[in-house]
Amino acid sequence: MQINLALAQIATKLGDVQCNLEKHLDFIKQAKAQKADLVVFPELSLTGYVLQDLVPTVAHKPVDDDPIFQPLLKASQNLDLVVGFVDEDPGHRFYISSAYLSGGRVLHVHHKIYLPTYGLFDEGRFFAHGDSIRAFDTRFGRVGLLICEDFWHASPPYLLWLDGADILIFSSASPGRGLNAHDKLESAWWVENVNQSYANLFSSFVVHSNRVGFEDGLNFWGGATAYDPNGERIAHGPYFEEALTMTTLDLNQLRRTRSRLPLMRDERAYLVQRELNRILSK
Amino acid sequence: MNIDLSINTDLARKILAGFLKSEITRVGYSRAVINLSGGLDSAVSCALAVEAVGAENVLALRLPYKTSSPDSLEHAQWLVDQFKVRCETVEITDMVEPLFRLDPEMSKSRRGNVMARARMIVLYDRSEVFKALPIGTSNKTEILLGYTTMWGDMASALNPLGDLYKTQVRQLARALNIPQPIIDKPPSADLWAGQTDEGELGFTYDEVDKLLYLLVDKRYTVQDCIEAGFDKAFVDKVVGRVQRSQFKRMMPPVAKLSNRTVGYDFLYLRDWGT
Repeated sequence: MQINLALAQIATKLGDVQCNLEKHLDFIKQAKAQKADLVVFPELSLTGYVLQDLVPTVAHKPVDDDPIFQPLLKASQNLDLVVGFVDEDPGHRFYISSAYLSGGRVLHVHHKIYLPTYGLFDEGRFFAHGDSIRAFDTRFGRVGLLICEDFWHASPPYLLWLDGADILIFSSASPGRGLNAHDKLESAWWVENVNQSYANLFSSFVVHSNRVGFEDGLNFWGGATAYDPNGERIAHGPYFEEALTMTTLDLNQLRRTRSRLPLMRDERAYLVQRELNRILSK
Repeated sequence: MNIDLSINTDLARKILAGFLKSEITRVGYSRAVINLSGGLDSAVSCALAVEAVGAENVLALRLPYKTSSPDSLEHAQWLVDQFKVRCETVEITDMVEPLFRLDPEMSKSRRGNVMARARMIVLYDRSEVFKALPIGTSNKTEILLGYTTMWGDMASALNPLGDLYKTQVRQLARALNIPQPIIDKPPSADLWAGQTDEGELGFTYDEVDKLLYLLVDKRYTVQDCIEAGFDKAFVDKVVGRVQRSQFKRMMPPVAKLSNRTVGYDFLYLRDWGT
C-alpha cells in the first residue's frame, strides 16, 4: 500500500482563523490536484503561533457545526487532513492541538503534552497540557500525532510505537535560531536529526510539517521532511518558503525493514515498565 | 580558545530580507527609509532593505552636521549610487544649533545625543512623507553595551541587525558587496571630529564580540570567561556596561495599578491580526 503524502508548510496570519482556513482550503485543493491522500499542516496552522492573550479568541471545537471545522471536515471526504488549532474543553482549558480528519469525521485529537516555557517559549503560561498519548487507526494503518516539543521527549514517540503506530506525524511551529557558519540553522539541524533518529530507532515512517513566515522578529524555517523506516529521507521541503511537498510512503517498507531489523519484536516493554515503577517509587 | 563568530551570510541575508519584507508589507506598507551615515551598519541595513522591497522603494537619508566628516557624506553617496536607492540630504545643523547656543558648556556627549535625536526626528518625518517604515541600524554589540542614544540612533520600526555582533555585520557587509573602504574604516558615530567607537569604548569590537558571545549566546559565567582566557578587569567592565544599560533595551516600565496593564498582562505581539 502506498500513501501520497502532502506536507503543507504555510505561513499564517496571527489570530485570523478565517484567513488561515482559506489558505488551508487552497493548499488542500492543490494537494488534491496532485492526488494526495493525506495533507499535514503545521502546529497551530489555523491560528498562528505566538498567540499570548489571543488564545481564548481563536479556540474552535472540531465538530460538524463549527464554522471553521465544517469546511475542513467536508474537504476530508476526499483526502485525510491533519490540522493545527486551539481546542477548548468544557472547563475552558485551552490546548495546542492537532486533529486528524478523514471521511468527514474527526478520527483523533491530540493535545500537546509538553509546553515549552523557557528561553523564547512561553506556552505554559497560556495553555493547558494534554495528558494522553494514543495511536489510532486510519485507512492507511495505525498513526500517532505529536506536536513539536512532544517529540523532544523520547517517551511520546516510544509510547506511540508500542501502541502500534507505524506512521508518526509530527507538526511544529519551530522558530529559526542558531545562525553559524553552516548552511542550515541549528534549529533545523536539531529537528532533522531527531526525526531521522526516531525513524531509525522505531523502524517507522516519521513525517514532519513545520510552518514558515514571521511573527515579529521570529522566523519559522519550514523544511518539511519525511523519513522512511530505514531512516532514509524521502522528502525535504524548502526552507523559509511556503510549499506543498509531495512524497510517497510505501507502507510495504515497514515489513522489509522490520524483517532486517526486528527492534519492535525484541523490545522489552515489561522490563521498561518494571524499571520505571522502581525508579518512580523511590 | 577558538571562538568562532562566523556566520553563513546567505542564510542571514535570506532571513533578514524576508523579515523586512514580511514586517513591512503585513502592516500595509511597501517602503523603507534609512538614515545612511556612510558607515557599515546603515550600509548593511540599506542593502537588506533593497533585497526586501526593491531599490525604488528605499529612501536613504543623508543627515550631516556642519562638522561631520566629508568622507561620511561621500561614502553614503557611493551606496546610493551602487544600490540605486532614492536619496535626500537634510543638514541638521540648523535644527540643533539653536539648542547648542542655549548652553555653550554643553558636553560632547550631550551634543552627540542631540544630533542623534535630531536625525531620528528627520527619519520619522520623512517616513510619513514617503509612506515608509524606518529601518534600524543598531547591532547586537552596541545594543548590549548600551553604546547608543535612546530615542536617537536606536529608534526604528524594525531592526534587522540587532542580533548580529559588529564583526558579524562586517561579514554580511562583504557578502552584500559594500565598498571595501566602508568595511575597513574605523567605526565611528561621527558626532565629533576624530571620534571612534573603539577609542571611546576602550576595547576593540573583535575582543568584545567574542566575550559577549560567550556571556550572552553561550551562557558563560564571569568565571567561565576568565578561565577561557579573558582578563578579569575586561570581563568586569563589559558585564558592568551590559547591566547598567539594561534600561536602554526596554520600554519604560508602567507603574501597575489595575488588573490588566500594558507591559505586564496585556500581551499581544506587534503582528497581532496580521
